[in-house]
Amino acid sequence: MESVLPKSLQEALAALESEPDATLLAGGTDIMVEVNLAGLRPAHVIGLRRIDELRQLEGRRIGSGVTYRRLENGEHVALAQLSRTVGSPQIRNAGTIGGNLGTASPAGDALPFLAALDAEVELASAKATRVMRWDEFIVGVKKNSRQPGELITAAILPEHVPQRQAFAKIGVRSAMVISTVSACLFRDDDGTTTIALGSVAPIPLRPRKAEAMISAEKSPSQAALAEFARLVSEEVSPITDHRSTEGYRRYASGVLARRLLERCL
Amino acid sequence: MIDITLTVNGEDRSASVRDSESLLTVLRETLALPGSKPACEQGECGSCSVVLDGELVCSCLVMAADCDESIVRTVEGLAQGDKLHPVQQAMLDSGGVQCGFCTPGFVVAAAHYLDENPDPSSDELREELSGNICRCTGYGAILRALEGLAQR
Repeated sequence: MESVLPKSLQEALAALESEPDATLLAGGTDIMVEVNLAGLRPAHVIGLRRIDELRQLEGRRIGSGVTYRRLENGEHVALAQLSRTVGSPQIRNAGTIGGNLGTASPAGDALPFLAALDAEVELASAKATRVMRWDEFIVGVKKNSRQPGELITAAILPEHVPQRQAFAKIGVRSAMVISTVSACLFRDDDGTTTIALGSVAPIPLRPRKAEAMISAEKSPSQAALAEFARLVSEEVSPITDHRSTEGYRRYASGVLARRLLERCL
Repeated sequence: MIDITLTVNGEDRSASVRDSESLLTVLRETLALPGSKPACEQGECGSCSVVLDGELVCSCLVMAADCDESIVRTVEGLAQGDKLHPVQQAMLDSGGVQCGFCTPGFVVAAAHYLDENPDPSSDELREELSGNICRCTGYGAILRALEGLAQR
């Protein structure tokens, strides 16, 4: 194995240009599990944790190297809430937003937040920088659109982020757990509501019918809340696996959606 | 093999690391520091907790090759000669040790946290130790040891 530990973005991109298929190592919380338990032996590694440019957290831009620990007390309530549910202090000190995007797991904790906001992902190579919407970037279970030679440099939030926002996830215990279902909801002053759910489809899922229905309700009645939950349960597309069943995930999706909405009214 | 140099418990050390092996493996097998324990090797249990460049991490999830020029503190670096670190002493005094396998991880995590937050609430302490698992389920004694220490 060869490893490069660049101290600047420019150095990292140069290293990546000469080894476009190098394994990019951020917090290591996903890659090292593969190394320890699944025999992954990367030939070339580029370690990213020394690059200051990737650790910047400013305005709409969350550098890909920003750890969950730093987001736990940030200005966006839902982002702080989700960050506090990630793993444990040890994992939050290591795990980054860029790593969550790179792994693109259906259970990625930050992904429903980015999806509900229609956030963008910024990628850089030695030659160019490009920005794409979250759903152009995350394209399947652990699949994304990053090309060889590219590095995820930031998640970019929209200019307007509704103040009323909430995140919640269901798991078998509160620490060290991969979500069974997760959800993040935003409710704007004019009623416009967006919600994205994790662990219920190959990529974060936006239940569009439910969003449209509840966005038209300025002060939703109990019946409207119930209908919102029903539509969310209908629109999600979960599977049965070792963590839960399709039926439970479908039911829980509706419960979580309604609960988050009620917190934002 | 990749040659790295790093500071471990205040001493400059160097190591030739194999392939993508973890910091945990290098600490135990190359640097003769077996205090950090290998258990789950997937970041779930905290028995391998160390402080890397000022942050508590699971050393099983750190690639040793990524530690060149890093500063590491392990459980071996807590005692001053024969004098135990207050967290170690509190664990002994309160019977916060059963089989002992999880103990180094708990001690490193608690010492690091209490250094920066000497007076946490019980909930904060539990939250900060949520990445350390004790399969003897001796949490009560561990928390009593640390809460007693925090109040002193």
